Amino acid sequence: MNYSYTILILLLPVLIFLFIGLMGDKMKPQLSGLLGTSGLFVITLLSYFTAFNFFDHRVDESFQAIEVFQLLWLRFTDSLIIHIGILLDPLSVMMLVVITTVSLMVHIYSLGYMKGEKGFARYYAFLSLFTFSMLGLVLATNIFQMYIFWELVGVSSYLLIGFYYERPSAVAAAKKAFIVTRFADLGFLIGILILSFYTNTFDFIALTDLNGLAITQPTTAVFMGLSVTTWAMLLIFMGGAGKSAMFPLHIWLPDAMEGPTPVSALIHAATMVVAGVYLVARLFPLYSYTSPDSLEVIAYIGSFTSLFAAIIACTQLDIKRVLAFSTLSQIGYMMVALGVSGYGAEGLGYMASLFHLFTHAFFKALLFLGAGSVIHAVHSNLMTDMGGLKKYMPITHITFLIACLTIAGIPPLSGFFSKDEILVAAFEHNKIIFAVQWLVAGITAFYMFRLYFNIFWNHTPEYHHTPHESPATMTIPLIFLALASVFSGFVPFHDLVTSDGNPLHTEFHWMIAGPSILIAVIGISVAYMLYAKKNSKPESIATSLKGFYNMAYHKFYIDEVYLFITHKVIFYFISRPVAWFDRHIVDGTMNLIGNTTVYFSGAIKKMQSGQMQWYIWYFTSGVLLLVFLVMYLN
Amino acid sequence: MNLQAEIPLDYMIVLSTIVFFVGLMGVLIRRNLITMLMGIELMLNAVNINFVAFNHYLFPNRLEGHFFALIVMAIAAAEAAIAIALIINIYRQFNTVSVDDVDELKY
Repeated sequence: MNYSYTILILLLPVLIFLFIGLMGDKMKPQLSGLLGTSGLFVITLLSYFTAFNFFDHRVDESFQAIEVFQLLWLRFTDSLIIHIGILLDPLSVMMLVVITTVSLMVHIYSLGYMKGEKGFARYYAFLSLFTFSMLGLVLATNIFQMYIFWELVGVSSYLLIGFYYERPSAVAAAKKAFIVTRFADLGFLIGILILSFYTNTFDFIALTDLNGLAITQPTTAVFMGLSVTTWAMLLIFMGGAGKSAMFPLHIWLPDAMEGPTPVSALIHAATMVVAGVYLVARLFPLYSYTSPDSLEVIAYIGSFTSLFAAIIACTQLDIKRVLAFSTLSQIGYMMVALGVSGYGAEGLGYMASLFHLFTHAFFKALLFLGAGSVIHAVHSNLMTDMGGLKKYMPITHITFLIACLTIAGIPPLSGFFSKDEILVAAFEHNKIIFAVQWLVAGITAFYMFRLYFNIFWNHTPEYHHTPHESPATMTIPLIFLALASVFSGFVPFHDLVTSDGNPLHTEFHWMIAGPSILIAVIGISVAYMLYAKKNSKPESIATSLKGFYNMAYHKFYIDEVYLFITHKVIFYFISRPVAWFDRHIVDGTMNLIGNTTVYFSGAIKKMQSGQMQWYIWYFTSGVLLLVFLVMYLN
Repeated sequence: MNLQAEIPLDYMIVLSTIVFFVGLMGVLIRRNLITMLMGIELMLNAVNINFVAFNHYLFPNRLEGHFFALIVMAIAAAEAAIAIALIINIYRQFNTVSVDDVDELKY
């Protein structure tokens, strides 16, 4: 099978980016939007074609990774060689489908949502840049190429969060996202360097080969009580945790909602934030065989983040922030599933994680786009300004309801299947984590329906303009994504994307599914009682839990802790002394040299008086002095 | 006539030293540019005396010292011409030939 056309999947978006970026000013805005969208349509078709071909060809019942391109890019030494290329395996092909589908939907949706915005062409240029970077990230053949695209993704995320650059809060959010993820990427880079130092390769296939040196002979070096491999894998996970907004590096994601809503759907819900999950999944054999300890860490961090974010989501009023915390929580699920997974026949968690990534991309993008449609109609982000919208916006209402049911895990929607697989995997591995995830499933159902009832039911406030349904460019993606949310659960995922490429045997467990459906229904019912009609119960509950409610409302003061650490601790105890040293010692030395020179030249400048006879006198006495010196010293 | 027998070399050196320092004193002390120029000529002449004397007493069969003295005279003539041209210009500029008043080029 010839896959050489896959190079187009990478080249087209970057060409579109350059074209719109350079020519956008000279075109009609709508034209650049249509160009970007139609280009992406071609890319999407190519990706589907690739996926179809790839999943149609098994070798001995399993899927083999294919390196379509492998070009030498940099050769530092004989062992330190960086290639650039395209890798196709079940994981990257699945990601191709997810990214291009969601990106295409967002492109179409933005035609309506961003209509008439200043910088329409710039917006589409950045979207193409992002699509290029994300596709490059998932198609990378080696960890260094992935790192490059990883940073490119960060840059395009920064550019798109700060799209409304006249708004100070957007600028601050963009900077925050960039700095926090860059900080995490520092760990990622160190991890890459440690790993490649001991394994002598960057290549994914060589790194994750079960018979390869990286796995059969991991280094025995130990640093601070932990093996160096574990350090490397934990540092690499730090990069993933930054991008995927795992606690405690999650603080940038809620603020990133300052960007345009379709961007939040694409980058901060469906694709970029799951890059961390993708990273761990990509290196999964390494994690599984050489450092199971770091998998434990990943499971606990994921579990904690999902619970933590779910609790915060219950208290937020900004609908995009609720969705942002919900994203955190769902990515926590994926991390948990990877953390509790084994390899090969025990790889249920791995499969479940990617299955959840797959379904989550659709329903979370749908939720964000639905929220965008609502915001477009009401011109506010706050759910207190909304209510009773179901009779004004029927299509948005139905699709949003489907997405809420999906994320709550109601069968037979897709979220049910993927979440169920995760719970089964967690149950087999660790009962505490299972219990937490089960509880989070209930909280998820509650806060999603709190959101839903507050937007579409409850009392109708006085709208300035009567809200109306969004245009077709916005509702068509909603409908498409709703269909994907409903039916993507029936994709035979365990046959397609598994840790070792072989089909995985899975069973349906009523013992797990029953309680999870039950708690979801309880969560929905509680939300119905509290929020379906306007009443005083939510406030009385909030008052009775005052301290805890306030803490959750303020996101447990994590931002304040960061501010305290940076402003009070780092600024006072590190930056100030360093600044003092720079100003007084370094600058002082330089000033001393300068001042001394000035002083001495001031003292001797009178010698150059313009009085020629004095010059002759100095000269003559100097010569005479030398003569006497020579005569008497000899 | 044998000068060597009558006047020893030391006398010549003493003479040229006196002439040199008289010239130097003229350059250092006199304020008039013309007079300073005369001092410089005296110093050059002191050198000429040395050239001729050393050539005559130490290397009587050779002529380099004499030629050097001639060259120095030629140079001195040229130098005097230039110096006087300069002095005339200075006078036009400053209305004085006193070296004390010509001190524009300073710190």
